[in-house]
Amino acid sequence: MANQSSKTINVGLFATCLVDLFRPTVGFAAARLIEDAGGTVHVPEQTCCGQPAYNSGDNRNARAIARSVIESFENFDYVVVPSGSCGGMIATHYPELFSDDPEWGGRARALAAKTFELTTFLADVMKTTTSRAVYDGTATYHDACAGLRELGVRDQPRELLAAVEKLDVVEMAETEACCGFGGTFCVKYGEISTDIVSRKTANVVRTGADLLLAGDLGCLLNIAGRLKREGSSVQVRHVAEVLAGMTDDVPAIGEGGENGESRESGGV
Amino acid sequence: MAKAAKVAGSRAMEFMKPGAFKDNARNALADDNLRSAMAMLNAGMIPNRQGAVDRLPEFDLLSQRGRELKDHVLGHLDYYLERFERNCKAAGGQVHWCLTAEDARQAVLKICRSVDAKSVTKGKSMVAEEIHLNQFLEQHEIEPVETDLGEYIIQLAEEPPSHIIGPAIHKTKDQVSDLFLKHHAKLGRTERQTEPPALVNEAREILRQKYFDADVGITGANYLIAETGSSIIVTNEGNGDLTQTLPKIHIVITSLEKVVPTLEDATTFLRILARSATGQDFSAYTTISTGPRRDGDVDGPEEYHVILLDNGRSAMLGSEVHDMLRCIRCGACINHCPVYQSVGGHTYGTVYVGPMGAVLSPALLGVAETKHLPCASTLCGRCEEVCPVSIPLPKLLRQWRARAFEAGDTPQLERWGLSIWAFFARRPWLYGIGARLAMRGLAWLGRERGRLRKLWFAGGWTDGRDLPAPEGRTFQERWRQQQQQQQRQEQHGGGAV
Repeated sequence: MANQSSKTINVGLFATCLVDLFRPTVGFAAARLIEDAGGTVHVPEQTCCGQPAYNSGDNRNARAIARSVIESFENFDYVVVPSGSCGGMIATHYPELFSDDPEWGGRARALAAKTFELTTFLADVMKTTTSRAVYDGTATYHDACAGLRELGVRDQPRELLAAVEKLDVVEMAETEACCGFGGTFCVKYGEISTDIVSRKTANVVRTGADLLLAGDLGCLLNIAGRLKREGSSVQVRHVAEVLAGMTDDVPAIGEGGENGESRESGGV
Repeated sequence: MAKAAKVAGSRAMEFMKPGAFKDNARNALADDNLRSAMAMLNAGMIPNRQGAVDRLPEFDLLSQRGRELKDHVLGHLDYYLERFERNCKAAGGQVHWCLTAEDARQAVLKICRSVDAKSVTKGKSMVAEEIHLNQFLEQHEIEPVETDLGEYIIQLAEEPPSHIIGPAIHKTKDQVSDLFLKHHAKLGRTERQTEPPALVNEAREILRQKYFDADVGITGANYLIAETGSSIIVTNEGNGDLTQTLPKIHIVITSLEKVVPTLEDATTFLRILARSATGQDFSAYTTISTGPRRDGDVDGPEEYHVILLDNGRSAMLGSEVHDMLRCIRCGACINHCPVYQSVGGHTYGTVYVGPMGAVLSPALLGVAETKHLPCASTLCGRCEEVCPVSIPLPKLLRQWRARAFEAGDTPQLERWGLSIWAFFARRPWLYGIGARLAMRGLAWLGRERGRLRKLWFAGGWTDGRDLPAPEGRTFQERWRQQQQQQQRQEQHGGGAV
């Protein structure tokens, strides 16, 4: 738990709507990693960062949702998001959304300044270099677009994975290419999205890795969904699950539990 | 095979509408020739550009300088255009200010008629494509002859260009062989060539006489130089030089934002243009034209005209998409776009394609007709990353989406969906109830395999992918339960562990 000997570092965990709904284990893994690094985790009531509205041109609703996120999270020392996409929404797009607003603009910039994607928070802010995790296998890491290009997430997850015992990481070709998820794009332009993700899965499979990791659940659901449709045995997980040593807690994304056992993990 | 090429050609013309984007995409994804051409492109362009950028340590500095230069020029566009006009006239050239595409077409026609032109040779010009000049000239019984190899190929195929740098990039070598055989047989070329050098030579030999026959040569301009009144074009085939020096008249057809202050400034752009476009350090030919032939010149046209097209650009100045006017037409954003890589350029149904086209086309053609284009992007940001003048393309795409949403052009179903979702997203308590119910339902449906193969309301997803099932209870539900348990334990245990 939190390091009580020094000042408590209060971290608001913005789990993201996809983690909240589809993959709670990522939320628990993130919480465990933040606490291991010395933070105290808080999970205020939350829904979504507002990105679907923002990317659809509905700035009125995007602002309304952003205001409620700002209100819920602005009093923590840090806000940590296990997603570069939602993290990027708060850290780069909230200030843009309120650029003409004297009150909320300031609050948005203040929140943006202390919001970090999970692996960036661990590696750059908390200077985490060790891991208690063990994973016997070979993984390849997909650079999710918003994290990579809006927040500079590239080396941090790889540094953290390097500390995981027994884990090999191999790079795929075009690791910085989009997987085709794109939020609502993946259903509005499903056929194009499927074609794009097929290029990604081909690159994943070509590495020979048995595990595909990334830091964004949207991409992971997309890539896992395509790999399973193609009949691939490559497993797919959020990078936090491996870093927190929680891969035994829940089947990989899109995989069934053995003997009908619960797919839910036990938590922290 | 030749017949197949013709069918593909007419199909591209038939669907040359941005409103048909989704249908175009479906056809493109089923087109094996296109897929193999695009695979070649994807494999080459990205590493080529990266290599060229890596070889030039000052690339980022030049890029930043280029951006600043463009911003400066756009802030003083009237000054530099008038300066260009003055100096162009002083060198004996003529400048034609054209507000609309029709103005530009009429200006070209008037010049052609002044020498009773029967045929014109053309260097590659996207502005000429933008105003659909070829069709217009044909209607007025003037034969346009494209001299850029890519443009020549698509002229034979009766297709529009699919890329601003490589107009025929969507064609396979086999398709080109078939096209040449079909069109050149009547010129005595009855042997089907299959190797690129032989194909290039064949086109070159056939085009050679056309250069001499043409009365007018039309080129575009990569840059207009305000201080000298010159225009610059870059090519890899030297066709531009022949197009502009052999006929009696040289017409430069270009647009307002191409002007730069000095020749020195143009070199900044030349150093980033080819590297970003094709991964070359420099294009093979860089040609500067200043006015018509002077006394004592060994060659050159008798008249030099510059058509300065606005066509919506001045309205972009100071607007939400102002930054798009910095574009130097390198095509890097197109090459790196995952959507373009999947569907090719014709799918967009517009002259300008890919991310730059999806931002520019609504400004030129209107938002209603082009509403798909800004939406058909994953906003992955790679376009902005590789843009040598740092145009924030994803942000500009969002600007168009916002404008469409405000204007009520967003599809009704999408608006309703967004409203319902936003209603809940703004009310965490209600959202929680709905989310818990929905996830339990989905988890139950996917309880055995951990995924769903078909979901009636998410066909866009499940047609090509399984949907991984949720774990069951939501994170927040389980987190709160766990917190409550811990609190109870602490109360019962008196806080001691």
